[in-house]
Amino acid sequence: MTIHQTGLGPTAYPRMHPLVLRLMHWTNAVAMIVMILSGWKIYNDDVLFGILHFPDDIVLGIWAQHALQWHFLGMWVLGINGLAYLAYGLASGRFRRLLLPLSPRQVLQQVIDALRFRLQHADLVNYNAVQKTLYIGIILVGILQVISGVAIWKPVQFSWLIALFSNFQDARLVHFIGMSLIVLFLLVHVTLALLVPKTLIAMLTGGPRIGASSSHTDGALAVARPAPDHSP
Amino acid sequence: MSVRRPFTSRFRPRDVPDRSILTEHRAVIRDISRRRLLTGVLSLGGLSMLTGCNVSDRSSVQRVLRSVSGFNDAVQGWLFDPDKLAPTYAASQVVKPPRFNAYYDVEDVNPVDIGSWKLELAGLIKDKRPWTLQQIYALPEQEEIIKHICVEGWDYIGQWSGPRLKDFLTLVGADLHAKYVEFHGNDDYMESIDMASALHPQTILATKYAGEPIGDPYGFPLRLRTAVKLGYKNPKWIRAIVVTNTYNVGFWEKQGFNWFAGL
Repeated sequence: MTIHQTGLGPTAYPRMHPLVLRLMHWTNAVAMIVMILSGWKIYNDDVLFGILHFPDDIVLGIWAQHALQWHFLGMWVLGINGLAYLAYGLASGRFRRLLLPLSPRQVLQQVIDALRFRLQHADLVNYNAVQKTLYIGIILVGILQVISGVAIWKPVQFSWLIALFSNFQDARLVHFIGMSLIVLFLLVHVTLALLVPKTLIAMLTGGPRIGASSSHTDGALAVARPAPDHSP
Repeated sequence: MSVRRPFTSRFRPRDVPDRSILTEHRAVIRDISRRRLLTGVLSLGGLSMLTGCNVSDRSSVQRVLRSVSGFNDAVQGWLFDPDKLAPTYAASQVVKPPRFNAYYDVEDVNPVDIGSWKLELAGLIKDKRPWTLQQIYALPEQEEIIKHICVEGWDYIGQWSGPRLKDFLTLVGADLHAKYVEFHGNDDYMESIDMASALHPQTILATKYAGEPIGDPYGFPLRLRTAVKLGYKNPKWIRAIVVTNTYNVGFWEKQGFNWFAGL
């Protein structure tokens, strides 16, 4: 059945980004920024790489203890909100719908397209292979950050977590690498959202309403539009 | 296996000013940072309102941050398993000499005059007679090769020996159901730990490092060494131990570091 044949009005269809999803997205965004900026200040206290010291102007925390205070506040927001986001994504089917299937050949082709500025971006409601890769990636790295962070926080109580990373210093290194990957993701994600502003607006106001369409044989979603003649 | 040479950032100045300037003028220095906020706002837009300049120090923000820190102390206490032992290491991994650290430089260490030193006891303790170093040496020793982890992020493996704190507290009739055990240093340093951590099997009153009496820069004649706390909860140059149910603010807690500080 097409959207038109169901007889349901367009407002019965959910938005691409439901309100609860948008709230969690922006909460995650703020929490991640707090974690990164305070994390940089914590890093400064005992640098892993001699050439890298984050400038005081951009870190969160005047002294080390402030950075730790922010980090230990942000961890609750990120942890609880992050868990809620994962639970929602899995339970509602959103992850399955948007992030799968993912084919390595498609990824390769579309990365090349992207680098040539030819990646299609007209379709707001179906993710391309580059998006799927990045979003699956950020979820996995986010989980890794929480695990490595908890290991650093409690290296004796959770010594078995430290063992996953060999030792305390290597857990710090993993945590640093995870941060670097998240920062890289943010640079790409924010840049692309600004280059295609309707995606940013969609994450603020919800985007188009969506429903399944029989005209797409691969199960892709279509934007719900009102039937041309709706009156009985 | 994981002894790392500490990195010094190229950006860190070689010659640093006398630390006492910092302590005396902390308020002024913070004020100067606050003024940098005005120029900082121009550089990073809205985000810079959150940056190093002053938000962290505003009293309303500090109130929130400190109360979350207090909540985290409770969570840490709940997470603490009194039977969980910290990993131990091989004698070949022990760093000699140990790494120096204090809130001042090694040149400013004021060695304890052992001729007049006694370990004083106070608070909820039945036998408050002071102890000489020889009396402490006579107690059964436990040796441990454990990792010292600093809140800054560096660590090293060291070897300490001395009587278990639990045995010592039992010997002097301390109230083992009291909340806090305080350690007062010879240098105006005070830190307290929770009783559960004080009674942990890997918490000792260390008199020796790598088999020799602890050196002057590293806490002679006595330091606390516990495997379940960050470095700053292991006071050096101890001159008094107090068992109490009253929370007294420690040296680093005054500045906003968390009290529980458990590993």
